[in-house]
Amino acid sequence: MTDPVTDPAPTVAEPEVGVDDLDVAIQDDHSLDLPTVAPGEVLLEVEDLHTTFSSPRGPVLAVRGISFELRRGRTLGIVGESGSGKSVLSRSVMGLMPSNATRSGSVRFAGNEILNAKPKVMRGYWGDQMSMVFQDPMTALNPVLRIEQQITESLHEHIDLSKKQAHDTALQLLTSVGIPEPDRRLRMYPHEMSGGMRQRIMIAIALACGPKLLFADEPTTALDVTVQAQILDLLQSMQRDRQMAMILVTHDLGVVAGRAHDIAVMYAGRIVEQAPSKALFGAVRHPYTEALLRSIPKLEMAKHTKLDAIGGRPPDLVHLPEGCKFAPRCAYAQDVCLVEDPELTPDPADPTHLFACHFPVSGVGTAVPTPVAVAAPVSSSPAPAPIDPEVSA
Amino acid sequence: MAGTGTAHLRAPEDALLRVEDLVVEFHTGRNQTVHAVTDVNLDVLPGETLGLVGESGCGKSTTGKAIMQLPSPTSGKVVFEGTDLTSLGAKELRQVRTKLQMIFQDPISSLNPRRKVEDIVAEGLDIWKRGSRAERSEKVDEMLLTVGLDPDVARGRRPFQFSGGQCQRISIARAVITDPQLIVCDEPVSALDVSVQAQILNLLEDMKAQYGLTMIFIAHDLAVVKNISDRVAVMYLGRLCEVGDPDVLYAQPAHPYTSALLSAIPVPDPDVRPDARQTLGGEIPSPLSPPSGCRFRTRCPKADEQCRDEVPVMRKVADDQFVACHHPLAPGEVVTTVSLAGASA
Repeated sequence: MTDPVTDPAPTVAEPEVGVDDLDVAIQDDHSLDLPTVAPGEVLLEVEDLHTTFSSPRGPVLAVRGISFELRRGRTLGIVGESGSGKSVLSRSVMGLMPSNATRSGSVRFAGNEILNAKPKVMRGYWGDQMSMVFQDPMTALNPVLRIEQQITESLHEHIDLSKKQAHDTALQLLTSVGIPEPDRRLRMYPHEMSGGMRQRIMIAIALACGPKLLFADEPTTALDVTVQAQILDLLQSMQRDRQMAMILVTHDLGVVAGRAHDIAVMYAGRIVEQAPSKALFGAVRHPYTEALLRSIPKLEMAKHTKLDAIGGRPPDLVHLPEGCKFAPRCAYAQDVCLVEDPELTPDPADPTHLFACHFPVSGVGTAVPTPVAVAAPVSSSPAPAPIDPEVSA
Repeated sequence: MAGTGTAHLRAPEDALLRVEDLVVEFHTGRNQTVHAVTDVNLDVLPGETLGLVGESGCGKSTTGKAIMQLPSPTSGKVVFEGTDLTSLGAKELRQVRTKLQMIFQDPISSLNPRRKVEDIVAEGLDIWKRGSRAERSEKVDEMLLTVGLDPDVARGRRPFQFSGGQCQRISIARAVITDPQLIVCDEPVSALDVSVQAQILNLLEDMKAQYGLTMIFIAHDLAVVKNISDRVAVMYLGRLCEVGDPDVLYAQPAHPYTSALLSAIPVPDPDVRPDARQTLGGEIPSPLSPPSGCRFRTRCPKADEQCRDEVPVMRKVADDQFVACHHPLAPGEVVTTVSLAGASA
């Protein structure tokens, strides 16, 4: 959307903005007795979360000791390759786990421990307090139900609404997610819509009860770039208007760069680097983050530029190597890396910037120059950017 | 965009492949026709990589398949080495097909899960009964080694024992083993992680140099296409918008659609505020009833009556840059922001 943006980096809580016309839906009328969390206060605390799946080959260590906290009104971007545990992490926090999974650690939502809550209790949270936008809008919607029924399902579950009220709320929701002719769309089935429209429907469903925490699990991976930009803009404006906390899971650093306040990079089930967005891109410290950034082809590169690919593959989560899990693929690895797994520790120069590495890279800025098609000049980071063999436009 | 014309074509005798007035239509029930590809003209010189980009539904994959005659196009010519493939009978086409190969998007489902990697890679040789057993085995080992797989480990395994990136390597080995001249790569890296994507792109470049391949590289990611291509063609709703050298075309897009596509790419830099960039509103219209005139006009901020009435014709705007637009962007011009609200207005 085109409304003026607030800088994604400020740490001060923004005032309550954009009081919605969806007052029916977002009133704090829920069966759970949770304390109100004001914007800027801690909503979600995750401590030493482990998730393990049993498999015929042995336990799969998908999430191995993750801690973070998320304040209301902030967006946390979680970035990693397939198999890094990023999707399992968000599902573990939400409690959407198959029966062969075991979790340990602590997950507190508005101060309440929910890690081992019974499904009956979790039903009070799902949809109402926290909800998820899934990756594939083609399969996440029920093909045999009309859109209206899918949107109002959670409204009926959590809020006592008449049919008329639910219908009106659904209409408002569709309008707010930018769907033309909402009245007609409500009567449609998912197959009658394009991928972008279906993803907007998914977002409307997720927002129906006015959740405090929204998980977006690769919300745009299945979509085209132009539609991806529309959906990310929509998520961002919804998050800002409703002062939600949002966890944006993606494999694309470009997706989170301007949109998440904080970024956590995951590798083999752990956070290897975590920092506010600006600090991270301004001075990358972990070799893995650096390698990820380098492997992305950039528009500024001349044609046929040889890419800095990361050799090898992510480790097998059943047989993890000793020491740092990235060491076998790392250009900077030394003997100690193969023996000792580094802890996630703050950078002495900037305590908000955490990384887990024995030999962090020097923190060279990686900000890329303005893409050629953008008119407004954007100052790139003052640090030199030797890894971008840029071609001036 | 959404134009016609042949200004961007080079001399026919220089081209390895020349596609003229390609039309692909599919008939659905109820007397409706899907206009998947309309009047597309393309050429590829020997050793060149042509990148074909556009959103889903723009006809880029259909174009690739029509070149391979899978199925034959509704009308138009596909001239490969001076022979029009659309005029060939089944027998002759079979002979020519050894020189054409395809690499598909989903590396896992495009490999037969029941067969061993050795047999998958060697299938082209087996069909044409090329070489003895020993030569076959030697050739398979050579190909596996070239694509970065250990032949001793890989040969006897089946596709499910490999990751997506490794399966794509196997697909590449399978495509190159018959010494083809032209490879059509249909979104070969879209299903892969960025780190693996870089490995595969580098591998394709190496293979191209080593075996002297000519490639048509179909993708929706403009940065990926730029990296690998010598020439880029942008498609929208079945027609070509803009063709040119990627360095020129990306620095100075002349078509409003190219410009919008470029600015929609997420940039790994928090200083580039995503909202400050232009977002293309709306969605691609239905190919069942494409807009008249320029097919992009329904989403184009510069559209006027001329765009409604006349199909724009390809014309030269710079050295090796051709655009099919009535109102091409002047150097430095940026299309006015189209807000998302435009879709619902």
